[in-house]
Amino acid sequence: MTPKSRLHIPKPSARPGDEPDFSYLSLSEAGAVARPDSNTAARKIENLAHELVRVLDDDGQACGEWAPELSPEQLLEALRLMLLTRQLDDRMHRMQRQGKISFYMQSLGEEAISIGQGMALRKGDMMFPSYRNQGLFIQRGTSIVDLMCQCLSNTRDMCKGRQMPIMYHNKEANLFSVSGNLATQYPHAVGWAMASAIKGEDNISAAWVGDGSTAEADFHYALTFAAVYQAPVILNVINNQWAISTFQGFAGGQRRPFAARGQGLGIPGVRVDGNDTLAVYAVTQWAARRARQGGGPTLIEHVTYRGGPHSTSDDPSRYRPKDEWDAFPLGDPLARLKQHLVVTGHWSDEQHEALKSELKDTVTAAWKEAISFGTMSDGPKLDVRSMFEDVYKEVPERLKRQRRQLMALKGMSS
Amino acid sequence: MSQMNMIQAINSAMDVMLDKDPTVIAIGQDIGYFGGVFRCTDGLQAKYGEHRVIDAPIAEGGIVGSAIGIGVNGLRPVAEIQFADYVYPGMDQIISELARLRYRSGGEFFSPVTIRMPCGGGIRGGQTHSQSPEALFTHLSGINTVMPSNPYDAKGLLISAIESDDPVIFFEPKRIYNGPFDGDPDKPAAPWSTHAGGEVPEGYYSIPLGKAAVVEEGSDLTIITYGTMVHVAQAAVRNAGVSADVIDIRTLVPLDIETLKRSVEKTGRCLIAHEASKFSGFGAELTATVQEECFWHLQAPIERVAGWETPYPHAFEWDYFPGQDRVLAGIRNVMEAE
Repeated sequence: MTPKSRLHIPKPSARPGDEPDFSYLSLSEAGAVARPDSNTAARKIENLAHELVRVLDDDGQACGEWAPELSPEQLLEALRLMLLTRQLDDRMHRMQRQGKISFYMQSLGEEAISIGQGMALRKGDMMFPSYRNQGLFIQRGTSIVDLMCQCLSNTRDMCKGRQMPIMYHNKEANLFSVSGNLATQYPHAVGWAMASAIKGEDNISAAWVGDGSTAEADFHYALTFAAVYQAPVILNVINNQWAISTFQGFAGGQRRPFAARGQGLGIPGVRVDGNDTLAVYAVTQWAARRARQGGGPTLIEHVTYRGGPHSTSDDPSRYRPKDEWDAFPLGDPLARLKQHLVVTGHWSDEQHEALKSELKDTVTAAWKEAISFGTMSDGPKLDVRSMFEDVYKEVPERLKRQRRQLMALKGMSS
Repeated sequence: MSQMNMIQAINSAMDVMLDKDPTVIAIGQDIGYFGGVFRCTDGLQAKYGEHRVIDAPIAEGGIVGSAIGIGVNGLRPVAEIQFADYVYPGMDQIISELARLRYRSGGEFFSPVTIRMPCGGGIRGGQTHSQSPEALFTHLSGINTVMPSNPYDAKGLLISAIESDDPVIFFEPKRIYNGPFDGDPDKPAAPWSTHAGGEVPEGYYSIPLGKAAVVEEGSDLTIITYGTMVHVAQAAVRNAGVSADVIDIRTLVPLDIETLKRSVEKTGRCLIAHEASKFSGFGAELTATVQEECFWHLQAPIERVAGWETPYPHAFEWDYFPGQDRVLAGIRNVMEAE
């Protein structure tokens, strides 16, 4: 019999009730992958897209050529920011559950990526985050109160009440406005980098998408433009194993690593342990140096796991094992960085617990301050007239008329 | 008959068609194992298999484009776009390919694709989960556009859409998935069991595309609307104490001009209501059509009630949404005009 074509339907390794199974993940030992010069030709480093750059071993020691030069102070700062991100996420997730905000998305389990990469980039570099990169905002100094006020759509909301929660921006800190549409920021980052090169500056840009979003055409446009113009950009894929209910195989992850997506275009790819802050930092620094030296784009795949639901509208127990994260071989990024700092003698369990409780208090105090600027139900309210602003640079006559109509209906002066 | 909400009615329509016609295929993000983020395809993959209810990568252009190819090869695809706000990467495939394939191939190729998508606001979804982009599709030649306002219509119209050899954009107003909504967010939510449209036959039936429904009969004015706004308009009419025909057009394209004409010739006054922004919204087409057909019967300028011409703001959802107060103001305008 001649074989017939048969539709292949990707299947995750485990569904609810099954034993978690990550045997599909190809892993390298910590320190096993060689670190080439950042100006090495793309075709000579194709292995980097298939192996896994790891620095921290199971005992928490940093090993191999990729181990970055980071001081204990820098590492402790990374730990603090990751912990703060997690505390903020935990609080805001609970606030949504209590009906205080309309929606939320945690970055649970992915904190090392935003914090590690934020630290490796320069102040003048431009970042195009996805909706799960709150750590970048925290690393770049956006106050927790400001993030909360955005989620509350209150009188201090940077978006003036126009966006759903977590769609932050921070113009001064070079963080672009987060879109709810997927992968749209990828070509923006490439364009920004092209402009940097056109202007002769050495600032680079970076963008983030999830594994699921790599299926969008914008992802592929961005890779093509980045390759054609050798734009100084770092394109990151956060492979957290799950889109909503579909696992990374539905974005093509069963065939080749996401890091290898650019190889046909000559874009080097690096696959990195996304739960290893040191490895994330080192790989980003490598790619940034390459971009600044005229070496063009790098595609980085961060292998991690989405520890929480996709969003507060999602219930992952319907499609994946409840305990899957516990079985994830790359562990918890926070626990791993903490372990490294403890075994190197710079940190202790007691200090960690004290910091946790201090940051919890910080977040509680920030929430109190944030709600003083208004909530969905109480306190100060944004001026409804502002709804008609910023559609255009100047409010057109037609919108002024609609504003007057609304105010008359509400019995308020326009 | 059984009680169904709109989600169950849509699920039932797809169930009936998957069962009746082995060429029917469903494709979309999270629609298979998970059953859809709004549960509209719940249980269908388990029943019909993963080659007929297919999970798709996150690529709206890919979903629409491959649905076209599936249709060209003799199957009958029903594609789901998770939110209407996310359809835009698929627009080139819809505009340049799906709508024109039959025409450009001299009638030889066609693809009977139905594209389902939740639309509309009222769920605190901000600008990326609230849009009503129907006018972008009604402007195309070669594609039909449907938006039901209750479970009974949703099932009957979806079955017609799937059976149609012409492509159909099928909008599902998500605010009324679980119950009718009269525009007052402070009132407790009413379930579909409180509405006649929640009574849905379990088996096959169809409602032809291009037939409007007169959901209230009266003599003073005609209100032409569709989707969630049908319920808002009905409530406003009751509160205004006017006698009005409320027409749920149900299918935007093809448009049931005869029903509109009959009503406006009777009442002489016309108000058009939709959730989408007014400028170049579908109300502009309705207004022009009524004017062309009924000019000599009109006793007042046609009034339009619609969303403001801004993106859908998260914080001001209920100031943006054209609720009962705006419909009532519109009714006053059209009734008081001399």
